[in-house]
Amino acid sequence: MDKVLFGDNQFFGVNHMSEEKARAQSMRFRDTQAMIEVLDMAYEAGIRTFMCTTHDRISEVCDYFRKHADSYPGFKFYPGMPYAHKYANAVTDHGIAGTIKRFLPDDGLFDAVVRGGSAVAKKEIDGIATLLIDAEMKMFAGLSTPVIFLQNVVTDFLLGLGMKDAFRIFADHIKTKYNAEPGFFSMNMPRLLDVLEEVGVENPIVCTNINKIGFRMSGGIDLYQETLAHRQFRPIAMSVLASGAIPPREAIEYVCKLPKLQSIVFGASGRGNIRQTKALIDEFMAARQE
Amino acid sequence: MIKVAVIGLGKMGLSHHSIVNMHPDVELVAVCDSSRFVLDMLEKYAGVRTYTNLGKMLESEALDAVIIATPSKLHGPMVRQCLEHSVHVFCEKPFCLDTEEGGQLTALAEQNGLINQVGYHYRFVGAFQEVKRLLEIGAIGTVTHVKAEAYGPVVLRPSGASWRNQRSEGGGCLYDYAAHPINLLNWYFGMPSMVSGTVMNKIFSADSEDEIYATLRFGKGLSGQLSVNWSDESYRRMTTKITIAGTQGKIYADRQECQVYLRDGKKMPADYLPGWNVSYTTELTSDVWFYVRGEEYSAQLDYFVQRIKFRQSDNVNSFASALQTDRVMQMLIVDSEQKSRELLNPRVVTEQNPPSWWQRLARAS
Repeated sequence: MDKVLFGDNQFFGVNHMSEEKARAQSMRFRDTQAMIEVLDMAYEAGIRTFMCTTHDRISEVCDYFRKHADSYPGFKFYPGMPYAHKYANAVTDHGIAGTIKRFLPDDGLFDAVVRGGSAVAKKEIDGIATLLIDAEMKMFAGLSTPVIFLQNVVTDFLLGLGMKDAFRIFADHIKTKYNAEPGFFSMNMPRLLDVLEEVGVENPIVCTNINKIGFRMSGGIDLYQETLAHRQFRPIAMSVLASGAIPPREAIEYVCKLPKLQSIVFGASGRGNIRQTKALIDEFMAARQE
Repeated sequence: MIKVAVIGLGKMGLSHHSIVNMHPDVELVAVCDSSRFVLDMLEKYAGVRTYTNLGKMLESEALDAVIIATPSKLHGPMVRQCLEHSVHVFCEKPFCLDTEEGGQLTALAEQNGLINQVGYHYRFVGAFQEVKRLLEIGAIGTVTHVKAEAYGPVVLRPSGASWRNQRSEGGGCLYDYAAHPINLLNWYFGMPSMVSGTVMNKIFSADSEDEIYATLRFGKGLSGQLSVNWSDESYRRMTTKITIAGTQGKIYADRQECQVYLRDGKKMPADYLPGWNVSYTTELTSDVWFYVRGEEYSAQLDYFVQRIKFRQSDNVNSFASALQTDRVMQMLIVDSEQKSRELLNPRVVTEQNPPSWWQRLARAS
């Protein structure tokens, strides 16, 4: 994995600090070309990995990179699925069963499964889960996707429900069908590691909030530090700046000093910002290797 | 350990299930829903006992508490059934469509000494809690006006009927969206003395309103305006905002931040300065033990569990407080229907017109 990964929150009006900033961002990135321009800046700054959701508009970005593959040697995608908002409303309107049916490519299977209210077998649910993964992955066909992630809303939701086998199903399918490594976003990293270990997902890639002020690090900053020191996994830090609450230099220095850290993901929309952040990560990552 | 069951496994029910299941003081023992598919999934993968009949679950399980997240129309009868079984109840909002029934259930919970809470999670959002604190210490002086808004992308095209877009089932923009800003108004300012100018308009829905506008009066010169629209695609997700004007300053808050303008005065809160002060989620939010989709969802369930554990009967989101919100929604419905009757029946209006010269003449003679 690269040390620096480029995120996509800024493209979709996700800003944990301010609704106003979020709105300004969604105005700016109304048009896919504006996203490509920022990805170009990231590429010029030496960033080669785009970590993105499976938002419908990412499919247009994928089209662009398929068409211009020659101009971006080494460029790869780390998809994170699903873009949860598209499912959230459907669940209230159609229930869980109705939503799954709507998002499946072929509803024949689903009908067969739930017909007559008969009990559903485990292998049928496994089959449905893998079909849902395939539907989300369609937009990345032909692109390099060496690591494929489960978004934190889904990871943490399954973790909470205690549906541990779901992680195993996801990991196996990503390995066998996509020849890629499974990754997991989570806001509850220490607990997730327990469960991944239990179901046999070894040395997992986990992308989680890691920042100096402990923002959205469930279980507390001390437990995170202890986990980083003692457990076997490959952590990627997100929310390193805690939505701007920590000055960049201080924020990145803190994270880079933590043991095991593999990569940092950040999102930005300006050339200066992208360059500066990349340079800071390079500087402190180099210092840790010395 | 507190033994809990979840009733109703839609979006909110599953979300509560996922959060409360991780609570160190809770053992989630059973779930109840009408969908066999969802029950099968939870039984096979999460190892929880499942029921399709609430009565049977209450008989078979020794429960301490339940979380009810069924379609709103079912809240009343289910809450009653659970209270009669001496079980503490957390119920999703809106509390009860029939305010009279809501009153009875509030009394029943109190009589039986049961913890009762409704899922108005905005009361657990750091920024809105900060607003409450500032109002209580009188930071912006005498409040004269408040604007309460909520917008989001729920109903964006005409679609088939589900409980969510039928008022009679407890759906619609009023119960789903407007309930939240109204509940915040109740928390900050209590019950309004009157509502007027209520507009409930359909945009895409056939059986319910999609936008609501109204004026509220709280007495002592305080007025409020409500503006809610769940057919607004320009918002990525539900956004609730409160703007409050007072003699000593102004407050604006949403889920992410609290912006406060203060005039120089005696009641300046600690850490605040004259002029603009901004605080963000990162500083206003406390850690939770488990995070799924916002600290407030975890915080409200922890609060419920703590009330049960320590037998504390006070509750920031009690049935009694949620009943206020139900009553305001009832007032808004009545007010909006009054207007439409006048339009349909112009005679009412004509009678209020001054008599013509010949009517006066006829009466005089």
